[in-house]
Amino acid sequence: MSEGEAKTVASDERASFSWISALRDAGFLALFTLGLSFPILAFRTRQDLWHGLVLDPRWDLVATVVAIAFFGRLSWLVVGGRVSRNVQSFATQVGEVLAPLQNYKGTFRLVGLIWLIAYPFLAVLIAGPGGALKWIDNFGIQILIYVMLGWGLNIVVGLAGLLDLGYVAFYAVGAYSTALLSTYFGLSFWICLPLAGIFAAFWGILLGFPVLRLRGDYLAIVTLAFGEIIRLVLINWVELTNGAAGISGIPRPTFFGLPFNASDEGFAAFFGLEFTPLHRLFFLFYLILALALLTNWVTIRLRRLPIGRAWEALREDDIACRSLGIDTVTTKLTAFSIGAMFGGIAGAFFAARLGFISPKSFEFMESAVILSIVVLGGMGSQVGVAIAAVAMIGGTELLRELGWLKSIFGAGFDPTQYRMLLFGMAMVGMMVWRPRGLISKREPSLVLHEKRAIGGDLVKEGQG
Amino acid sequence: MGQAAMNTGVGPALEPILRVEHLTMRFGGLLAVNDLSFDVARGQITALIGPNGAGKTTVFNCITGFYKPTSGRVALMSGGPQSDPAIAALTDSPGRSQRVGRGGVYLLERMADSEIAAQAKVARTFQNIRLFTGMTVLENLIVAQHNWLNHASGYSVLGLVGAKSFREAEAKAVEIAVAWLDCIGLKGRADDPAGALPYGDQRRLEIVRAMCTGPVLLCLDEPAAGLNPRESAELNELLLSIRDGNGTSLLLIEHDMSVVMEISDHIVVLEYGKKISDGTPDYIKNDPKVIAAYLGVEDEEVDEAEAEIEG
Amino acid sequence: MDYFLQQLINGLTLGSVYGLIAIGYTMVYGIIGMINFAHGDVFMLSVFIALILFLLITSLFGGLAIAVALVLVLIIAMALTALWSWAIERVAYRPLRGSFRLAPLISAIGMSIFLINFVQLVQGPRNKSIPPIIEGGFEIQIGSGDITLSYKQILIILTTAVLLAAFWFIVQKTSLGRAQRACEQDRKMASLLGIDVDRTISLTFVMGAALAAVAGVLFMVQYGVVNFSDGFVPGIKAFTAAVLGGIGSLPGAVIGGLLIGLIEVFWSAYFSIDYKDVAAFSILAITLIFMPSGILGKPDVEKV
Ligand SMILES: Nc1ncnc2c1ncn2[C@@H]1O[C@H](COP(=O)(O)OP(=O)(O)OP(=O)(O)O)[C@@H](O)[C@H]1O
Ligand SMILES: [Mg+2]
Repeated sequence: MSEGEAKTVASDERASFSWISALRDAGFLALFTLGLSFPILAFRTRQDLWHGLVLDPRWDLVATVVAIAFFGRLSWLVVGGRVSRNVQSFATQVGEVLAPLQNYKGTFRLVGLIWLIAYPFLAVLIAGPGGALKWIDNFGIQILIYVMLGWGLNIVVGLAGLLDLGYVAFYAVGAYSTALLSTYFGLSFWICLPLAGIFAAFWGILLGFPVLRLRGDYLAIVTLAFGEIIRLVLINWVELTNGAAGISGIPRPTFFGLPFNASDEGFAAFFGLEFTPLHRLFFLFYLILALALLTNWVTIRLRRLPIGRAWEALREDDIACRSLGIDTVTTKLTAFSIGAMFGGIAGAFFAARLGFISPKSFEFMESAVILSIVVLGGMGSQVGVAIAAVAMIGGTELLRELGWLKSIFGAGFDPTQYRMLLFGMAMVGMMVWRPRGLISKREPSLVLHEKRAIGGDLVKEGQG
Repeated sequence: MGQAAMNTGVGPALEPILRVEHLTMRFGGLLAVNDLSFDVARGQITALIGPNGAGKTTVFNCITGFYKPTSGRVALMSGGPQSDPAIAALTDSPGRSQRVGRGGVYLLERMADSEIAAQAKVARTFQNIRLFTGMTVLENLIVAQHNWLNHASGYSVLGLVGAKSFREAEAKAVEIAVAWLDCIGLKGRADDPAGALPYGDQRRLEIVRAMCTGPVLLCLDEPAAGLNPRESAELNELLLSIRDGNGTSLLLIEHDMSVVMEISDHIVVLEYGKKISDGTPDYIKNDPKVIAAYLGVEDEEVDEAEAEIEG
Repeated sequence: MDYFLQQLINGLTLGSVYGLIAIGYTMVYGIIGMINFAHGDVFMLSVFIALILFLLITSLFGGLAIAVALVLVLIIAMALTALWSWAIERVAYRPLRGSFRLAPLISAIGMSIFLINFVQLVQGPRNKSIPPIIEGGFEIQIGSGDITLSYKQILIILTTAVLLAAFWFIVQKTSLGRAQRACEQDRKMASLLGIDVDRTISLTFVMGAALAAVAGVLFMVQYGVVNFSDGFVPGIKAFTAAVLGGIGSLPGAVIGGLLIGLIEVFWSAYFSIDYKDVAAFSILAITLIFMPSGILGKPDVEKV
């Protein structure tokens, strides 16, 4: 669109639009950006040969950023209103077109399931055996772990409304109990898996008992503190956990006793197949898929039981719950420990998948990522959480694939550096855009006449 | 009740279900409830009235365990008449309740809020309605039946495997809920979110939700607040039907005198945390202390004030 | 005895830094009831800003006295950090005012992630260290041994005291302080009475950030080394301080900060340095569980 056109459109749309004020506005933002850029962006600190700190000025970078701010703001002021209106009307149109699809939910579920089951085969077909490794491992398995963790935490945060910022602690308990049990006592993965869940649930009760009378943000902070304590103990208790170096040599899961290796007793030999590392990946993929679906199934069932309804009632109003004789502490504890259990099982899978774990995998950042998956998905919505996990984990993984950008921005450009930066920005942006998450509607757990979803504005988010 | 109550203002000679004695609640320097004693008669409607800030809600919170009273005793006697020595014995023991026959004695000041609702069977509503707004009307009433349903679900184990006994129990719970919805004319809206109901319906829903817990004593905090006259009249009927049909005793806080005078059997008047009067509606209506409290003037000035208003 | 006194001085120094950061948490929590999760990273950012400014000023004006340079650094760093905090509030929190309760918390976590990675990206992942700015101190003879009261420590404790006094004056005596207290009590009513609530909240963030920048400059003077990941743990500890002192209470934040500093130093001195962060987190958990209203906070009775 040429400048002349833009001008007429703008003046058509808003008679009061004035270039002077738009320029002033953009100029102000540019100045503001300049202020923010100085000195953190304008000077890069560098340790020189004599270990003194020297400054490398980067005014060209600052100039670029300021120019982007200025022209970005200006063009937004000129055409932004129109664009956002168009986008909105387009979104409503899409929504209207998609609305009848609600009736085919069962079909969608089936298609989704078939697609998931076919996924590893499709990956091999499309990307070839070498290329498929990445698609199955980094995308498939990685995303499914987060889907499972998201669903597990969804019980605590989404259904019971308990804000847990230390969920990764249970993931760690599951992973470390699997690692320790299998390396010290030689227990097999299939025994460690349920044990990890039980240990994590036990820790959930142990930690939950004192903290669950706290409300809201305080609960969040205490759970964060517990998460950090567990991680710090894992780092410092070197005799047991080997400290920051982590535990390696965790036995890999076997296919009912058949290991995935090239030996004669291996899976490939037993079934008369040619050995390829893909077998193990396929197996891991289906295993985590099954575990995630189990989490989903249990959650959906529990939601329709008295305990699940009590969780949601607790999220809505815990004082009212108490007035109805519901023991809120036990109810919260069940949510906390069941959520923890799934976290622990996911942890067991994580340990066995790589054969190596270290405290680095259980930092606060993981809890933050899982929580944002739950909140972004829409609290309590299973589908929303799955979509959010695919978007956030898949999205950041995709950034690894953007190597071709090097040809545009020069060889020094490394897109992976921007991964977490963009992740943080996306979290802020998503909250501003949809504070209630992607799917804020709530499905009733019990119907008398006709099932109708409940609008997100009526659903409360919990105090505890 | 009778002449005696009329003349002295002493409570009716009926057998009490709840006995509040020397109840005191202090918030820092503020004495919200000051040495209050009164009885709630079994099978009757007792009203607790008083000007704003008199401490009525605080009394409710002490009875239902949301506040721990500074001192005093709140004894609930369910099932039938209980002897004073039995209550005294329980008070001296460290225990909180004593089962006798079908009912028992419960010292509510020693119990936590959810225990009071679950064991002593005292249900309540709130001055600011506290429905589960994001859940359907039906779900609200099912949650109210949580304790026995959860038991029937084998603490979720039977429920997870979809046992028949649990499905039957759930059907029974729905039946109970629907009966109550019928009673307040909301059956057609069972699948609507509770938060979407009009205000008056929300008030009545909160009352039947409390009834779904099967209480022996129902405490209502300003059930008629914000209702129009027609809705008030419907409310009166509902409360009378609860008293007569279910044998539940009622204790209610109310500012709306048309409700209070019409349906209560007995009234307790509170001002600045102290009881200033106690008796039948007729007695209260004519008690100069009550009139003075409501108009905020000394006794002898009441007549002058009335004269002024008329003149 | 001398060892004890030495640790006491060290603890008070560290505690001053925590106290200054804690005020930012406590003020924001007081006024909008939100844990500003990014505040620790704002502190970290301010250390970087101070470090670069210091290098810049000393290289531009070679002959400038260290004291003058530090005052300049302090003032500019406070202004720039405040600008950042203002921008953060504007972008990440203001649009969420009055919305879903979790949204600002998630947004703040997102902001924290953004800041950490932003600084890592523009300044690199390595530790940045400078030679000690101020050296020397008083040796004081006590009984059998010596204790050292370094000039750095005197500077830190004095600066903290002076700035806290100035800050206390603003909050107690100016119309801004009154507006803040009004917003704390009832935001809607305050706005009906003509208080610009958005502006008051922004200024609260600005003040909190300015004090965090003071902490940042003092941190630079004391340690002379910083890393992009240095915001999280001091942030948590300062938050612990705010909670320990009673969240919403300004003197509480300072007292809490000093206590946390002392506990951390004594724990490291007498028990185990490995577990010093575990101690801090445990205190946080124990305080919240057993004393959620802290030392000076108002007890939070839930109204039914
Ligand atoms: N949790 C609390 N903390 C401090 N003071 C309280 C608390 N609850 C009630 N009060 C005070 O106790 C007094 C009595 O309050 P209460 O709510 O019981 O009055 P009320 O009779 O129900 O009034 P209304 O008719 O307005 O509902 C009031 O001064 C109130 O401010
Ligand atoms: Mg009241």
